[in-house]
Amino acid sequence: MMQVHRGWLFSAVLALTGVAHGAGDPEKGKLIVTAGDGSGAPCIACHGLDGAGNDLAGIPRLAGMDAGYLVKQMRDYRSGARKSAVMSPNVDNLNDGQIADVAAYYATLDTAPTSLPSGAPGALALGEALATKGDWDHYIVPCETCHGPGNVGVGSDFPKLAGQHPTYIKQQLKAWKTGTRNNDPNHLMLAIVGRLTETQIEAVAAWLARQDPKGGK
Amino acid sequence: MRPFSTVFWVAVILGSGVLHAAEVPVEHPPFKKDQYVHHAPTVDDLMKDQEIKPQLKKVILKGRDIFMNTQQYRGKYVFSRLSCKNCHLGEGRLNWSGPIWPAATTLPDYRGKNGHVNSLEERIAGCFSFSLNGKPPEYGSDIMLALSAYHQWLALKAPVYETHIGGRGYSSLGKDIPKDIHYVQGEKVYQAQCAICHGATGQGKSVEGKVVFPPLWGDDSYNWGAGMARVYTAASFIKNNMPLGKPGALSDRDAWAVALYVNSQERPQDPRYTGDVKETREKYFNFHQYTMYGTERDGVLLGQHDNTGAKPFLKPDALRPRTFDE
Ligand code: HEC
Ligand code: HEC
Ligand code: HEC
Ligand code: HEC
Repeated sequence: MMQVHRGWLFSAVLALTGVAHGAGDPEKGKLIVTAGDGSGAPCIACHGLDGAGNDLAGIPRLAGMDAGYLVKQMRDYRSGARKSAVMSPNVDNLNDGQIADVAAYYATLDTAPTSLPSGAPGALALGEALATKGDWDHYIVPCETCHGPGNVGVGSDFPKLAGQHPTYIKQQLKAWKTGTRNNDPNHLMLAIVGRLTETQIEAVAAWLARQDPKGGK
Repeated sequence: MRPFSTVFWVAVILGSGVLHAAEVPVEHPPFKKDQYVHHAPTVDDLMKDQEIKPQLKKVILKGRDIFMNTQQYRGKYVFSRLSCKNCHLGEGRLNWSGPIWPAATTLPDYRGKNGHVNSLEERIAGCFSFSLNGKPPEYGSDIMLALSAYHQWLALKAPVYETHIGGRGYSSLGKDIPKDIHYVQGEKVYQAQCAICHGATGQGKSVEGKVVFPPLWGDDSYNWGAGMARVYTAASFIKNNMPLGKPGALSDRDAWAVALYVNSQERPQDPRYTGDVKETREKYFNFHQYTMYGTERDGVLLGQHDNTGAKPFLKPDALRPRTFDE
């Protein structure tokens, strides 16, 4: 039952975002993720068997992310709009159909968040304030205004941040700051990131990583 | 030339290692000479303030909570899917985003919109009735008192009856639509710059029933009598606040065009509707001269309908004249 329902949801999501050429097939996606497409390491080698990623290595959690968002990122790596020496080679020969399949597969995964050691209370309070109230005197719009209540993401354009690894979040924010990541629509994310200090980046990454990816408390 | 360019490239490479490369500017109009520029206090300031009694702090925070999430009264006082903070960004503190505190220092005063002297509560009731397409809470109720307390506290240390205020309201682009502004151009700007958040048909976006990006037109948005329905008000709001996070990013022309586009769409009826849109437009022409209400777009007369959105009535009782003749 659940499978059927989910499949239907994905096609609806993908149809709405206009991203896919038809819905991705999670079963086919699973094959690519585990066995690879013949060139290079399979995704699981880095992103883990369950799509949980790895904090220390700076590898993002993909489990439970929006399929449309994952499609966009893979296409951006493939076209060079998003650059990563480690990641780009892994998708450069996947076709659109395979990309949709892989995204559909990761979106179905439901992985428990890795537990992190408790962070410094001061930093977590600062992180929470930035994520939920922002800092309007410096025009830092609260993260949840775009990334949604609980920062669980909004559709395919605003990714889930809750429960993402802190090292990865920091890396991405710094990548925008230095111009290495530059693939956000209309520079909506760059606008915010450019106003964050290094202390704020540390704090908000630490807080977001400790939130429930499903939006619970 | 060669040695120089090597130095140059080394500098670029070193430079890109530090955190400061790319930035999107925040561009607001300059303040005019002789204007009072206010710096409204923050919640942190409130918590630290020893002069304010804890009981009052609680009520101010309640007012803030209502302002930030007015949807908690959806179906009772609010029939749109908007909250106060959607149009008064940054908790109602932000200059160039209709900061709300001036109402606490300049009212009671005469308002052209309803032709009599208004109190702060009446001003708030105005935004409930038009902007939120709602029904204002009773004057003197806990909700009204909490909201008033929030407004007044934000005005902390501002001079009373000072009206030369920098960044007040939304009118930095002036009132007259430039002549060569077109709806079609506005539609292009909308699809390129706004639809990602507000949706291709202006309906906004929600996650699990919670509004994330507010609706700009249709049944769930502000009604035809709202200040934001004036093209100039929307143009200045958009110029100085949208796309979110990038104030000043649009050219003046694009801001006007997209405001015209947004405000040429259907929305719930003006609560002052007489049953005939042209008549209502004439009757409130001091206001509607700036809206598209009662004008034609593509052969359709805008605002000629009985649709009040999710609100089961047309006009809230709170909207009544005062004469001060008793
Ligand atoms: C060698 C390790 C490695 C392998 C193998 C790998 N990835 Fe990645 N992946 C990474 C790293 C590191 C990043 C972050 C890169 C960056 O900074 O942009 C990443 C990022 C991503 C992202 C972006 C996530 C986001 O939140 O924006 C997606 C999607 C992704 N990988 C999918 C895949 C898929 C699908 C495969 C298999 C076809 C794969 N990866 C194989 C290391 C790997
Ligand atoms: C004005 C809207 C907006 C706000 C506010 C915003 N973001 Fe984003 N953010 C985006 C968009 C759009 C993307 C997707 C970029 C893309 O498609 O590549 C994004 C992506 C990200 C990513 C990359 C996620 C991934 O999986 O690779 C991180 C990390 C992030 N945002 C953090 C933050 C933090 C932290 C804040 C608050 C301090 C914040 N954002 C506030 C719009 C916003
Ligand atoms: C749809 C947008 C919108 C919403 C929602 C909204 N307002 Fe307003 N508000 C406006 C506009 C437009 C003005 C007039 C600004 C001007 O004169 O340029 C205004 C003016 C005000 C003022 C007067 C400010 C001054 O300078 O004197 C106050 C106070 C106010 N609003 C409070 C509220 C409250 C409280 C709520 C929620 C109950 C609210 N508003 C909801 C658009 C909105
Ligand atoms: C990144 C997402 C985003 C983009 C892009 C964006 N907006 Fe908004 N807009 C918002 C949010 C969020 C609010 C409410 C602000 C808040 O609550 O802090 C808002 C509020 C508004 C409002 C007042 C509230 C309402 O519903 O009427 C108008 C009008 C508006 N936007 C118009 C536009 C226009 C026109 C554009 C394109 C030029 C645009 N926006 C682009 C997110 C966005």
